[in-house]
Amino acid sequence: MTDTSFTPPGRVPAPRHGSLITLDARTKKRNAAEKRFRMYGIAAIATGLIFLTVLLSAIIANGKGAFQQTFITTQVFFDPAKLDKNGDRNIDDIKKVSTFGYTPLLHNAIFAEVTDRGIETPLTKASEMKALISASAAAQVRDAVIANPDLIGETVEFRILASSRVDGYLKGRVSRESVIRDKSIDAEHLDLTDALADAGVIEKRFNLSFITGADASESRAEQAGMGVSILGSLFMMLVVLVLSLPIGVAASIYLEEFAKQNRWTDLIEVNISNLAAVPSIVFGILGLAVFIQFAHLPQSAPLVGGLVLTLMTLPTIIISTRASLKAVPPSIRDAALGIGASKMQSVVHHVLPLAAPGILTGTIIGLAQALGETAPLLLIGMVGYIASNYPDGIASGFLDPNSAMPAQIYEWAKRADPAYYERAWGGIIILLVVLLSMNLIAIILRRRFERRW
Amino acid sequence: MSSVKLTASALAIAAVSATAAAARDQVQVAGSSTVLPYASIVAEAFGENFDFPTPVVESGGSSAGLKRFCQGVGEEHTDIANASRKIREKEIQACAENGVTDIVEVRIGYDGIVFASQLTGPAYTEFTQSDIFNALAPKVMVDGNLVDNPYTKWSDFNADLPAEEILAFIPGTKHGTREVFEEKVIAVGCAETGAMEAMIAGGMDEDTAEDACLQVRSDGRSVDIDGDYTETLASIDANSNAVGVFGLAFYENNTDVLKVATMAGVAPTTESIASGEYPVSRPLFFYVKKAHIGVIPGLKEFAEFFVADEIAGPDGPLAEYGLVSDPELADTQNAVADEKTMSAEM
Repeated sequence: MTDTSFTPPGRVPAPRHGSLITLDARTKKRNAAEKRFRMYGIAAIATGLIFLTVLLSAIIANGKGAFQQTFITTQVFFDPAKLDKNGDRNIDDIKKVSTFGYTPLLHNAIFAEVTDRGIETPLTKASEMKALISASAAAQVRDAVIANPDLIGETVEFRILASSRVDGYLKGRVSRESVIRDKSIDAEHLDLTDALADAGVIEKRFNLSFITGADASESRAEQAGMGVSILGSLFMMLVVLVLSLPIGVAASIYLEEFAKQNRWTDLIEVNISNLAAVPSIVFGILGLAVFIQFAHLPQSAPLVGGLVLTLMTLPTIIISTRASLKAVPPSIRDAALGIGASKMQSVVHHVLPLAAPGILTGTIIGLAQALGETAPLLLIGMVGYIASNYPDGIASGFLDPNSAMPAQIYEWAKRADPAYYERAWGGIIILLVVLLSMNLIAIILRRRFERRW
Repeated sequence: MSSVKLTASALAIAAVSATAAAARDQVQVAGSSTVLPYASIVAEAFGENFDFPTPVVESGGSSAGLKRFCQGVGEEHTDIANASRKIREKEIQACAENGVTDIVEVRIGYDGIVFASQLTGPAYTEFTQSDIFNALAPKVMVDGNLVDNPYTKWSDFNADLPAEEILAFIPGTKHGTREVFEEKVIAVGCAETGAMEAMIAGGMDEDTAEDACLQVRSDGRSVDIDGDYTETLASIDANSNAVGVFGLAFYENNTDVLKVATMAGVAPTTESIASGEYPVSRPLFFYVKKAHIGVIPGLKEFAEFFVADEIAGPDGPLAEYGLVSDPELADTQNAVADEKTMSAEM
C-alpha cells in the first residue's frame, strides 16, 4: 500500500539503513512519541498528587478548628439564697433548682470578671453576658453542686465553654460584618471578647471533648463531639468482624479446597464477584426490609448497621481470602497429604496459617471500607438521630439507637449553625485518621508475615 | 468446622440479645425534621435537669414519625411523634386500628416560612403572594386572560421587582413546608390575581380549580429541593438571581449570607409571626401516646417540660433558636397537665 519504496526518477535513493549517529526523521518521531508517552504518565501522577494535596489541605484547613475550643475561666459564686432557700442543704431541694436557676449565677460571674478588670463596655447588665457563654455551662455547674452540695456559699473556679459565636470570632469564622444582622451576638460582645481574651479569661485550648464527647442539640454547636458515634462505629465493626470473618473464611476454604468445579460452584463464584460490585445502598434497603421490617430488630441500632455492613463486606473478604489461599503453593498441601494428613488437617495446620496474613489484610481493608460507608446507614435510621447518650453496657451498645462516624458527619453538615460545618470537617479528619491507621496495620501485617515463594 | 460453630453461636447470641431488648427507661421521640432541633434542645435540657435519662430523638419526617407512632402500644413503639402539621383523620384511624386510641395533641409554637436570597444579590426585598404566584404558576392572568406563564423576569409582572431571571428553590413535595407554601402563598396568589376565578369560569369545578392553583411551572424556573435547607442554601449560593424558601430558624442562623424578603409588606420576625401579621407560618406539634404515660418513666414530665414557660416561652431556648412562641401556651400547658386527649375534644 505504501509508496515509500517508490523512488522518483532522477533521485539518488536514500540508504536503506540510516546512520546510527544521525537519527533519521522516523526514529526521532518515535523517540519523541516515547518521551511524550512517559510524560503523560508523569502528568497523570502529578494531577493525582495535586488533587490529593488540595483535598488534604482543604480538609485540614477547614477541620483543624474543631480540635480547638474557646473556654472561659471564671469564679462562680454559688448564692445560697438562690440555690438552697431553706438553708438545710437538702439534696432534693437543691435538685429542684433547674439549669435556668444557675444561668444568672454564671452571668454574674462573667460580669464580675469584666468589672473587676475595669474593662470598659457599653453592656451594663449581667444578663447581657449570655451571648458569651454556652448553654451547656449551667448544666456543668449544676452537676458540680449536686455532686457536692457543700459548694453552696463558696466561690469556685470553673472552666466553661464559650458560645459558638465567640468561638467562631476567635477562630475567624465570625466577623464583625457578619454579626451586624446576627441576633445571637453583637459587636459590643466581640469587643468584650477581645478584652477578655487579652486578660486571659477567654482562651482557646485543645478540645478533647470533640473526640470523646456526645452529640449536642442545634443550639450548642460548641458542645458537640464524636465520642458516641465513634462507639457506635466500634460496635458495628465488632458485629462485622464477628460475622463476616468466620463466614467469609469458611466459605472461601470450602470453595477453594473442597468444592468440585462444576456449574454450581461456578455460579456461586460469579455471584460473589458480582456482589462485591453491588452499590451499598442496595444492602441498605435489604437491611431495612429484612432486619427491621421483617425481623423487627430495633431501628438505628449498631447491631442492624453491623449486619448490613456484614453483607457488604463478605464478598470483599471472600475474594481476598480465596486469593491468599490460592497463593499457597500446592506442594505444601501435597506434602501434608503425602505424610498422611487428612484434608482438613492439611488445611487447618498448613494452608490456613500460611494464608493468614493475606486473609487479615483483606479483612482489615473490608472493615475500613465498611467503616466509611454511609449510604446503607441512611436507610436503617442511623442518620437523623441525635447521638447524645453513651451506651451503658455491651448489650445497649449493640441495641440502643446510635449513630456512626460517617453518619454523624453527614448529620452535622446538614445543620443550620455554621459552627457545625467546621465540626463536620473535623469529624472527617478523625475518620481519615482511623482509616489510615487501619490500613497501616494491614500493611504492617502483610510486610511482617507474608511469605513469598 | 469450628468457625461454622462460631458463626452459628454468634448469630444465636445476636438473635437472643435482640429479643431481650426490653425494659426501656428513656422516652423515644421520632418525626418531623423541622421539629427535631427543638425536640433535641428540650431533650438535652431535660436530661440535665431531671433524674430521667435523656430522651432519644430521631427524625424521619412527620408522616414517618406518625406512622411509627401509630404502630401500637408497648415498649417497642415510640412514645411521641413530632409533626410539622396536624395529624390527619386517616392517621388517627390507622392509630385506632392498632390500639392507639388516646392521643394527646400538643402545639409547641409556630414556625415561619421565609423567602430569602443572596445577601449581595439582587434586591428581592418585597414580595406579595401574587408575585410568587405570577413567577411560579404554570398558567397566569395576563390582561384578563388565563394563559401559559409568559414571564421570564420578575420585572415582567411587577416593575418594582428586579429585572432578573426568575429562579426559585422551593421545598419538595415530601416536605411539610411544601404544604404551607402551597396553601399560604400559591393558593392566596391564585385567588388574588383572579386566576382561580378564571379557571372556574373556564369550566372547572371548585375543587379542580383549587388543585390546579397549587401547580408550579415545570420549565426549570421553579426547582423542588427534596433535601433540607442546607441544600437550598447551597443552590442560592450558586445562583445570585435565585430566591429560596427557608424556615425562619434556619434563616436566622445564616443571616451572614442570606437576606429575607417581606411578604405582603410584613417582615418575618418572631413577633410578626406570633401576632399572625406575617401570613406564611404553620403550627408545630407533637403527639403523646397516653397509654405510655406512667409506663415509660419521665414521659409526662418531658411533655410538660417541653411546653413549660422557661423552655417554650418567648424568652426560652426554643424561641432563641427560632420557634415562634405560642400566645396560648398556658392553655397547652393545662391540656398537657390534664392529659387531655384528642378524642375528648371532639
